[in-house]
Amino acid sequence: MEIVMSVLAGILFTTGVYNLLQKQLLRIVIGTALISHGAHLFILTMGELKRGAPPILTDGIEQYTDPLPQALILTSIVISFGVTSLLLVLAYRAAKINGTDNMEQLRGNDYE
Amino acid sequence: MLLAVLLPFIIAIFIPFLSRWKHHLHTGFFVTAVPVVIFIYFIRFIGPGFEPVGREYSWIPSLDMNILLYLDGLSLLFVLLISGIGSLVAFYSIYYLHKSEQLGHFYVYFLLFMGSMLGVVLSDNVFVLYTFWEFTSLSSFLLIGFWNYREGSRYGALKSMLITVFGGLSLLGGLVFMSVITGTASIQEIMSQQELILNHEYFPLILGLVLLGAFTKSAQFPFHIWLPDAMEAPTPVSAYLHSATMVKAGIFLVARFFPMLSVSEWFFITVSTVGIFTLCWGSYMAVRQTDLKAILAFSTISQLGMIMAMLGFGTELAVFAAAFHILNHATFKGSLFMVAGIVDHETGSRDIRRLGGLMTFLPITATLALVASFSMAGLPLPFLNGFYSKELFFQSVYELDLSVAGITALLQSIFPYLAVFGSIFTFVYSMYFFFGTFRGKGDIEELPKKPHEAPVGMLISPLILVAGVIVIGLIPDLINEPFVEHAASAIGGTEIAKDIYFWHGISPAFIMSITVVVFGTILFLVRPKWAGVYRVIPGLLSLNKFYDWLVDRTERYSTFITNSYMNGSLGRYVRLILAAILLVTFSAMSFTGGFTVDTSNLSTITVHEVLIAIVMVIAAFGTIIAKNRIAAILILGVVGYGLAMLFVVYRAPDLALTQLIVETVTVGLFLLVFYHLPKLQKTDEAPVTKTLNVIISVAFGLMMTMVAISAHSSKLFESMSSYFVDNSYKLGGGDNIVNVILVDFRGLDTLFEIAVLGIAAMAIFALIRLREKKKEE
Repeated sequence: MEIVMSVLAGILFTTGVYNLLQKQLLRIVIGTALISHGAHLFILTMGELKRGAPPILTDGIEQYTDPLPQALILTSIVISFGVTSLLLVLAYRAAKINGTDNMEQLRGNDYE
Repeated sequence: MLLAVLLPFIIAIFIPFLSRWKHHLHTGFFVTAVPVVIFIYFIRFIGPGFEPVGREYSWIPSLDMNILLYLDGLSLLFVLLISGIGSLVAFYSIYYLHKSEQLGHFYVYFLLFMGSMLGVVLSDNVFVLYTFWEFTSLSSFLLIGFWNYREGSRYGALKSMLITVFGGLSLLGGLVFMSVITGTASIQEIMSQQELILNHEYFPLILGLVLLGAFTKSAQFPFHIWLPDAMEAPTPVSAYLHSATMVKAGIFLVARFFPMLSVSEWFFITVSTVGIFTLCWGSYMAVRQTDLKAILAFSTISQLGMIMAMLGFGTELAVFAAAFHILNHATFKGSLFMVAGIVDHETGSRDIRRLGGLMTFLPITATLALVASFSMAGLPLPFLNGFYSKELFFQSVYELDLSVAGITALLQSIFPYLAVFGSIFTFVYSMYFFFGTFRGKGDIEELPKKPHEAPVGMLISPLILVAGVIVIGLIPDLINEPFVEHAASAIGGTEIAKDIYFWHGISPAFIMSITVVVFGTILFLVRPKWAGVYRVIPGLLSLNKFYDWLVDRTERYSTFITNSYMNGSLGRYVRLILAAILLVTFSAMSFTGGFTVDTSNLSTITVHEVLIAIVMVIAAFGTIIAKNRIAAILILGVVGYGLAMLFVVYRAPDLALTQLIVETVTVGLFLLVFYHLPKLQKTDEAPVTKTLNVIISVAFGLMMTMVAISAHSSKLFESMSSYFVDNSYKLGGGDNIVNVILVDFRGLDTLFEIAVLGIAAMAIFALIRLREKKKEE
């Protein structure tokens, strides 16, 4: 299963990078979101999949799934959420001020 | 002795205050006292019984960088030249520079230069030597560009800086080599282990690097091109730096390492060939110049070539002659520069085509110029010191050992002819300099100023120097045994004592001198007839053009290269970054055999997982294909929810919960932003498919897959998670292990993640407020 998940993560990276290379601001933000999804899946796959119960202590269960990657991913989700929302507002402001959301046309302005 | 080196630096600190407070008195008066004091301090050492003096001061002992000062005959010669001519030049500059000039700047640079030059010649530690060496380049740069409102000054300063710093850096390379090989930074100790360096496989490299440093500094061919352009400096600077002191730093360097390097045959071949060629080229080109200072610049180049050639010959006689000529050249060349400065100052022109017949207007200056230029020409008169050293030069070039074989013998057989050839042109330009300026018919009325004799103060310095020319000429023994012999012995590393006589009998050297005078006179008289030769050599070939071309091309190509990848397009930068990552990772993987697949430790594949995965893949590609951006956003949501479901499958309830909420909010945000985008831009065109993008993204995905598979296949250690599982309740007091990790075991992560969210919130708030403020305006 890990190999399937690795391939899935790879595909998420592929599509994410492809979106990142587009010109429209919105697509770039979509690309970053896809890449962070891929990264989260990547971290999860690096732990061991399906080797026990959910990491909540219960009497009588000895085997739990690895809790550490989950904690890391949880942190990462929150951070990427913060960054994505900032990016979105930034993209919105950039498009509003410059009147375009095409990256190729954003080459600085007189305020620089 | 350290105080003597540091005195100019210390005084330089106070110069700006002095020049402001005492502005009714010329700052030069304060400055002149400094070299005079140093001169008096060092002149005590002169005498037949002189022994080298060494001093050590601690600087960075852990790196073996201590300020070692070492005063031997060679250093003493240079120290006296620097301080002696420094005093005269400082005094001369009082009358040359008007009080309206920025004297504070000038004298600070001047003192910096003097201190660093003293440091160069006195330091015995290679790193200290290099430090002072670059200080001289730097202060020379500042002095050449003193009149920085002039285009020519800036150009000349930059050119000299580039060339001398290029040489300085290669010198540093050579010095580091020597110091690493011998394990000491002291020059004396390096020289005492010369066998180690001479037999080292890098010896040719060391020799080349050190000589490159010396040749660039001493304006040897083909690095001489900076010197004529440095003539944009004020004349006292030219007289001091570019005739007497700085340009001799390269000579000093060669002389300092002479006992070690001269053992090598390559030293002879390189140094003497470059020297002789520079002698010929400099004197040949000097006749072509029309600017007085340019003539003197090429003359300096040629004379330095002559000294360099004598050091290259390496015989005792040649070394002695070199030491002697260093002194003589400083006397007559310094005075000639001052004469050129006086002419410039009193007539307003330095163009020899406009000057002429100034003898009656400036009789004293003319007399000084006459003695100095005849001494430079090497006229056989018993009161001109230039003749003595030139005769010694001829004698040494004639007495070269012809018994050797190979290229050395060939060179030695042609050197006498080249020496005579160069000296003939030396004679011609010396005559040209004097007669062109002071005799003949000039357009006196046309000159910018009415010529009249210079003030007394301006004449004193060249007068002293010319007096030196005559005194050395009349009584060479006065300086021979107590002074020049020590210098020559210090260069040669053995006792060198020669007698200086005016009359040697009809020796070959004397015949050569007479040849020079005869042919020189003829060539000078018929100069207009052969001046056309300069259209053939150098003709259109010019080293300056080459330098300009090189600088221009370097700039243009670097601009071109920078523009070729820095085009401002974000897409391109991302592509470059990704390509670099791909290149590094794939090559690292293939070189180390990093890709491994281990199927033994995999969990089972179940249908619902695969179905979720397939939905996610379709959705991920859907974001690309979607023509409508609302669709793209919604499909992105599908990927997020699919991930949440995977979290459920893989038993991560907290992750699933968070992912669901975050994905919902993110999709909402996306839609919000999309709604507010300018209407004009709502062109729902499909993204342009670029093959490159496809290749890069596919390769990147492939790379990540491969990394993931091989990482999973090669688990080297057991996970540390058993600790968290065991201690979650015991130490943390909680059942939910993930949450205990987040707030207890690794609570610091959470703290800063909260900080990230807070900052993002504030930034978003600020961005939105910014818009509203603008609206109000």
